[in-house]
Amino acid sequence: MANITTTREGAGGTLTARALREGFYAGVVSLGLFFLFVGLETTQNIRNELVLNQRWGLLAVFVLVAAVGRFLTVAYIRPWFAARKAAAAARAGTARPEGFLKRNFVVLAVVALIVYPILAVAIFGVQGSLKWVDNFGIQILIYVMLAWGLNIVVGLAGLLDLGYVAFYAVGAYSYALLSQYFGFSFWLLLPLAGILAAFWGVILGFPVLRLKGDYLAIVTLAFGEIIRLVLINWTDVTKGTFGISGIPKASVFGIWSFDVGAPNNFAKVFELPMSSAYYKIFLFYLVLALALLTAYVTVRLRRMPVGRAWEALREDEIACRSLGINTVTTKLTAFATGAMFGGFAGSFFAVRQGFVSPESFVFLESAIILSIVVLGGMGSLVGIAVAAVLMIGGTELLREMQFLKQVFGADFTPELYRMLIFGLAMVIVMVWKPRGFVGSREPTAFLKERKTVSGSFTKEGHG
Amino acid sequence: MEYFIQQLVNGLTLGSIYGLIAIGYTMVYGIIGMINFAHGDIFMLGGFAALIIFLVLTSVFVGLPTVLLLLLMMAAAMLTAALWNWTIEKVAYRPLRGSFRLAPLITAIGMSITLSNFVQVTQGPRNKPIPPLVSSVYNVFGISISLKQIVIVVLTTVLLTVFWYVVNKTALGRAQRATEQDRKMAALLGIDVDRTISITFIMGAGLAAVAGTMYLMYYGVVVFTDGFIPGVKAFTAAVLGGIGSLPGAVIGGLLIGLIESLWSAYFTIDYKDVATFSILAIVLIFKPSGIFGRPEVEKV
Repeated sequence: MANITTTREGAGGTLTARALREGFYAGVVSLGLFFLFVGLETTQNIRNELVLNQRWGLLAVFVLVAAVGRFLTVAYIRPWFAARKAAAAARAGTARPEGFLKRNFVVLAVVALIVYPILAVAIFGVQGSLKWVDNFGIQILIYVMLAWGLNIVVGLAGLLDLGYVAFYAVGAYSYALLSQYFGFSFWLLLPLAGILAAFWGVILGFPVLRLKGDYLAIVTLAFGEIIRLVLINWTDVTKGTFGISGIPKASVFGIWSFDVGAPNNFAKVFELPMSSAYYKIFLFYLVLALALLTAYVTVRLRRMPVGRAWEALREDEIACRSLGINTVTTKLTAFATGAMFGGFAGSFFAVRQGFVSPESFVFLESAIILSIVVLGGMGSLVGIAVAAVLMIGGTELLREMQFLKQVFGADFTPELYRMLIFGLAMVIVMVWKPRGFVGSREPTAFLKERKTVSGSFTKEGHG
Repeated sequence: MEYFIQQLVNGLTLGSIYGLIAIGYTMVYGIIGMINFAHGDIFMLGGFAALIIFLVLTSVFVGLPTVLLLLLMMAAAMLTAALWNWTIEKVAYRPLRGSFRLAPLITAIGMSITLSNFVQVTQGPRNKPIPPLVSSVYNVFGISISLKQIVIVVLTTVLLTVFWYVVNKTALGRAQRATEQDRKMAALLGIDVDRTISITFIMGAGLAAVAGTMYLMYYGVVVFTDGFIPGVKAFTAAVLGGIGSLPGAVIGGLLIGLIESLWSAYFTIDYKDVATFSILAIVLIFKPSGIFGRPEVEKV
């Protein structure tokens, strides 16, 4: 009896001691990490010389947070998680039936999205809904669509593409340039932009057919950069870094226009007060339709021979070839299909902004789209949508957090921390859930009974 | 002819910097098979650490000899960058070891975004210029060679020699090569794999930090976005040379530097990066595993 008590006390003692020790180490390490960057600040003085500004108080806060955080993690949070995991393992086997919400998630989500702008108008008024429909709705849906498009290349065909933004740029510039120089309308250019992007997908796909894994990654990255650099430097056509402005708005299939002066202006026809909100709401439904089209095509393609060939290619290229699948066309169709949706998204982006410049098509965008695909659990459409909402919506939300100004002082700008938090979130989510939000997947081809397999049994991004 | 040799010298200097960064990429890739996307930002952090130490030293000790100043800057940059890379490996990459291939790539991209934005938030988004450290220029047979360029090339050569010695002749290097070939087998033979990987990250960061200091000295300015372009070019260099191969990284770096300076000299400077990336694509089409890379044989 006595023996047991002492061991338990001993274990508790060592745990606290270990936590203290680790907390101390974390403090020392963070002192080293932050000493130069947080403790000292380089600023320009009036004569434009660099001078140092000392911030030892802030450094102390950083070090303390690291030390205490580490201590709490080791002493309390980790044992708590371990206990929970053990409890969950003990409960395993009694699988609960899926709830109503989970079974009808897709239908509910689509209905919610269709009602969303109406709700926004009802709650915040016509003008107040702008922010919600535009910043949150359209912004997130563009990324959902892009991520679903990239998902065809990375998630289904397993080709790691780090330059997806190139096709987005091709789509955006196709619309911007062709509407400027030839005056074509949006509804003509939308498919055309998709076709052009798909064409570029094939062109870029050809040279990389033999490449694998990281070689493929770096070449696609290089292509993305080449397209951006050409857009910057080919000033005669693209106007370089100034970008193209005054891109015409889309109309409702040519019936109603959103141009202020036009006789068939939407607001005039329906005798509504003038507002830019109608155009945004129209755009919201447009991008929703495009995104749903992407999802529908993906779901259908997965059931077709070409979709199965993509997935087979992802799992094992050699086996694929031995079975007589033409890997060249399989890879090229994957690149082209993915690129086509990138092109659609691009021309939508151009019509929404009314302005395109190479600034919008940097590598960071590709990285964001790829991270959404991976965080969503590659191949899972619902997971990707959830990841897009969390990552893009979360960072957009940061713009709204004006109350933080009261906490940190008036010159605190939450926007500045947007990308910092985005980067940290990427790391934390990935370490916490390496398989993404939806880590299991339903097999496309099955014998008799469809069994959901854990994501760890499937290979991704191999080719 | 003199113009050509002049460009060769410039390209060699630039190439040395790329080569130093590329080694970090190629070593990490060789040992754990991941693209350490944050490596370019480690290079930038090194440059910033050197800048801050430069400001500290010049304001505290006025009239410090330049050689000592440069050495101290380099030491501080190496220490800071090594500590950062070590921490990042421990926090962001180690938990994902053995997970599927894209997971560490995503955390690396996340870390890259985090690092550059961390520097932006803490140090401000503006360019940080410093007064020129070394400014003598020599004229050899009509070619002007600045002392800066000599320092960069000599330092790179010295570091590469030391590095080559460590990898090929010491127990540590043997452990690294063994881990690279077969991690499980190395662990069975008593090699502390985790420690070896940590040391690899520290070594890579040290070289990148030296490159960062050189970059600061050469261009006299550093900004928080500086990690991306040199990082991507160095990675391109590593792939061009055959990723995983150390001489490949150096040769690739020199090649990229030469292509860049010769292209800028004879064609338009605007398209120099397009030229670099195009050559990468062309080389990989004909030699899909780089110049020195061993072709991957897949056994079924």
